[in-house]
This record gives sequence, structure tokens and C-alpha cells, in this order.
Amino acid sequence: MSIIIKALTHIYDKGTPNETVALDHIDLEIASGEFVGLIGHTGSGKSTLIQQMNGLLKPTAGDIIVNNLEITKGLELPKKQRKKYAAERKKQLIEVRKKVGLVFQYPEYQLFEETVEKDIAFGPQNLGLVESHVKQRVMDAMALVGMDYETYKDKSPFELSGGQKRRVAIAGVLAMKPDVLILDEPTAGLDPQGRDEILGQLKTLHDQEQLTVIIVSHSMEDMAKIANRLIVMNQGKVVLDGTPKDVFKEIETLEAIGLAVPQISYLIRALNEKGFALPDDIITVQGAIDAIQNVLEKRAK
Amino acid sequence: MIKAENLYFRYTEGEAETPFALNGVNLEIKEGEFVVIIGHNGSGKSTLSKLMNGIHTPTEGRIVIDGIDTSNEDQIWEIRKRAGMVFQNPDNQLVATIVEEDVAFGPENLGLPSEEIRHRVDEALDTVHMSAYKRKAPHHLSGGQKQRVAIAGILAMKPKCIIFDEPTAMLDPSGRKEVVQTIEHLNKNEKITVIHITHYMDEAIHADRVLVMDRGKIVMEGTPKQVFSKVDELRALGLDVPQVTLVSHKLKTMGYAVSDENLTVDELVAELCRLS
Ligand SMILES: Nc1ncnc2c1ncn2[C@@H]1O[C@H](COP(=O)(O)OP(=O)(O)OP(=O)(O)O)[C@@H](O)[C@H]1O
Ligand SMILES: [Mg+2]
Repeated sequence: MSIIIKALTHIYDKGTPNETVALDHIDLEIASGEFVGLIGHTGSGKSTLIQQMNGLLKPTAGDIIVNNLEITKGLELPKKQRKKYAAERKKQLIEVRKKVGLVFQYPEYQLFEETVEKDIAFGPQNLGLVESHVKQRVMDAMALVGMDYETYKDKSPFELSGGQKRRVAIAGVLAMKPDVLILDEPTAGLDPQGRDEILGQLKTLHDQEQLTVIIVSHSMEDMAKIANRLIVMNQGKVVLDGTPKDVFKEIETLEAIGLAVPQISYLIRALNEKGFALPDDIITVQGAIDAIQNVLEKRAK
Repeated sequence: MIKAENLYFRYTEGEAETPFALNGVNLEIKEGEFVVIIGHNGSGKSTLSKLMNGIHTPTEGRIVIDGIDTSNEDQIWEIRKRAGMVFQNPDNQLVATIVEEDVAFGPENLGLPSEEIRHRVDEALDTVHMSAYKRKAPHHLSGGQKQRVAIAGILAMKPKCIIFDEPTAMLDPSGRKEVVQTIEHLNKNEKITVIHITHYMDEAIHADRVLVMDRGKIVMEGTPKQVFSKVDELRALGLDVPQVTLVSHKLKTMGYAVSDENLTVDELVAELCRLS
């Protein structure tokens, strides 16, 4: 399932003194099965962009085509003519929202049911599945986020710790079995093991079920470990787009726009300044260990 | 500054009794100390922090803040004045529409004279380097700036101690850096006792002491070097160590003469240069 974005512009409060250009002529193509990390400082436009991808926001200008469905069809036309496409657009949006699952930032604030089980079941129930299938989906989704079904199913979401709530919220979207999964900072507030577990599960879903995954994250370390492609945003524009190895070479550019590189990249650079001559595209702990060992062995000879 | 003895806490008593969220905590935090608390989700960090400023009172045992027992309900405002709290979500903490009004909120509630309020607000904003924004609307600020305003609001109460419950969890790298530097400044220069709860292990490296929680108990404590050199134990508790420490640990396991107590890039680089 691919997402094509053409000349997308989004302006909040257009025509008022508060007018803000959140997205500025974005062109992007995300192919089916990619694992994309979307990074950028607060306010750079990431959240606006992903809300466009499942039609929650209407763009000010530009086109979005999800799985060959043009969810922005006719929006550029004057109001009267736009109506002609309204019914078609609505139908497409319903299709798209079934396929594109969005886990919001701070999703735990949207938990509202009495029990964890009911909260996660809410989406699948709305799909009209029979009870037994709904239950199966809830159990599967809870397993995916590392929550024991029996222990937590009857708890109130409000009695959980911050990180536990986050897991429930993610499970709610996973239970919809989307083809594209978009998550806005899913690991903020999770403990390291929870972070690794959830990212690992997303990777497995991606590898086994050909799920397309787009993650907004502030953790450069996590993105280095998991993404195939990094898209870097600044002031509503895409400023870097490439593999994590290539993107994290741009230390100065990233720091200038409020970002950073994984601690490992700083280590590699510092060692190279001391003449270690390590490859400059190492971004993971294991990569660093292998390269350092290599140099130490050579020098020992 | 803070002393907890045999502290137990559960959220609900009676029939629908919940398990102990705090399960026998003993703790002493000295004035001026910088303590970081780490632990898995649900290990009791936030619960402990809420007992530290009297939001909850112990089910058993006691906790004393600057000489005041938190079970003493008449003294609750004295406790809140001494121990301020900063939370995760910057958007939920700011109440006013103008930055300086937000910072003034606490001191106004203390019923201080307006001149004193003015003075405290200016001083607090200055300390967190946000004076330039005092007439701005909070919702136009970045996450890191919002957190610094929230911190200023606490500072204006002149607390002796501030408890930070994951103040950086929702911030981008530069916002995190701003907030971490602010916290370190408050401890070093303003002599405020700091308790900082975080899931980012690298935020703990400048602490005087790291406490590790697991299932409502403190299961490890020591200097950052002592705690983070126990890579396998921390992993078993669902935690992690800074990347540099992990590289050091693995190189050591492979037989290289590298200390597993390295916390910073510079420390490891110096050692590796010596090795070769
Ligand atoms: N309001 C509440 N009512 C009942 N139980 C609660 C409540 N808040 C937390 N708990 C329970 O108390 C225990 C400790 O939770 P706490 O919020 O202190 O953990 P934490 O270490 O802060 O976790 P996190 O890293 O996720 O923030 C957990 O088992 C949790 O489910
Ligand atoms: Mg907590």
C-alpha cells in the first residue's frame, strides 16, 4: 500500500493573524512495505503531515493518493464544483481509514472505556466483527504490546501507569489490522525494554505481514536501529531523505535544526578525530564494536 | 531533605484492594542532592514522587519532607511549597494564556504581596532563560520552552526541592537538552535538591546517585558509574545503559582493557587511544 504526496501545503488559521504554514509544498512517495522514520523538532510539521495521510486534515493545497485512492480529489476546485466529488471522497476516506491506522501522540489521553479489553475492542467492534473475532483480535493486540491478557483485561485504563496506558492505546490501533501503521512518538515514556519490545514487534509485523510503518520519533537511537528510511522535516519542508546511515552523517545539519545523531555517531566521530579511520556511516552499538575491534586488531599486529 | 521509612502504598483499600504500588521503600535524600530514579513502567516511580509532595499519603510507614510528616494534613501547603513537581506533558501544566501569568499562579495562591510576586516571576523566568518570552502565549512555545515555563512556575514558589516526573519524555532532542541543562543548573547553582525520574539513561550520568525501582521497591542504588556498570542486572530489570557504556561493556567482555564504567564519549575515546 503506497502513499503519494504531491505539492502538499497546509496552512493553519489561514487569513488570520495567527496564520501558520505547517507544510510547505511537500513531495513524497512512500512505497508499500517501507519502514520510515519521520524526524524533526517540535512544530516542524510531522504531526500535520501524518494526519493528512489518513484524511484527518484537509490540505490547503496539493494531492494525497493512498493505495491509488485520491483522497484529495476535487478539493482544489471552487466550492460549488467540489460538491460533485464529496460523496466519492467520503467513500474513499472510509476505505483509507480502515487501512491506515494512526496512533496519536499521547494516545493514552484518548482511552475512555471502563476496562482495557473494552477499550481495545472498540475499533474492531466498529468494523462489525463477531464477538469471538473481536476477542481474538484484542488478545493478539495485547500480546503484540507485551501485556498479559488475563492480568490486564478487566483493569480500568485509568489505574495503569503512564507506560502501560501507552501500550493499551497502541494495541487499540493494532487490533484494527491496518496495512499502513502510522505512529506519532509511540515510545515516549516507555521503559527501555518496552521501547525495544514495541519496536521489535513493529519490525516483525512489518517483515511478516508486509505492513508499511511510519514512525514519528525523537529518539535518534531507535531510528538508527529500526528504520529503512529517514525523512527529516524542518519548517514544513523535507530537508533530508535517505537511509539512516546517510542521514546521520549530516551531524551539523541535524544539530542546526534542533535534532541530534545517535550517541554512537558522536563516538565514531570523536574516534576518527583521533585517527581511528572508522567508516563514517556506523550508527549502531554492534556496528561500532565491530569496527573498533577491527582497528584494535590491526594495530596490535 | 526527604526521608522515607518502610513506605507502603496502595491506591485502593478495602474490597477492591489493589496490590501495593510501593512495597517497602526506605530512602534518604540529602539537601542539595541530585538523584535520578529509573525503573520499568509501573515500577512505582510516579507513585513515590506523589508521596513526596503529599498528593498521596502512605498506607503504611512514613515519609518526611524537610522535617514535615506528609500524613500531617494541616501541613500540606507547607509541603507543596517545599517540594514542587514538574510532569511529563508540557501542555497539561500551563494554565494561563500569558507566560508570566502562568508563572505567577503559584505565588498568587500563596497570597504574597504583588511586588514580591512580580519579583519572583521575573527571577524565575530569568533562571530558566525565558524572560524574553514573558508576554507570549504558552501555546506558541516549543515543548522545551513550555517545560521551562512550567519549571519557572515551580521556582516562583521558592521550593527547596523539585521532583521531575519524566519532564523530557515528550520533547525533541534540543528540547531535552534545554530541560536537562536547566535541571542541572538548578541543582548546581541554585542549590535545589533534585529528584529526576526518566527513561533516558543518558540523563542520569550527571546525578549524584541513581535509584533503580522494581515492583514498588528500590532494588539498586549507587553512583551512575556503579549502577550502569551492572549492564546485565539492569537489562534483567527492563532497563538499559547509555550506548557508550554498552560499547565499553562489550569490549571489556571481549577481553579488551576497557573500563565498564565509562559514561561519556570522551571517557571511552581516551581509553581506546591509550589502548592502541
Ligand atoms: N490511579 C491509580 N489507581 C490504581 N493503581 C494505580 C494508579 N496509578 C498507578 N497505579 C498502579 O501502581 C503501580 C505503580 O505505578 P506508577 O505510576 O507509580 O509507575 P511508574 O514507575 O511511574 O511507571 P511509568 O514508567 O509507566 O510512568 C502500577 O502497578 C500501576 O498500575
Ligand atoms: Mg510514571
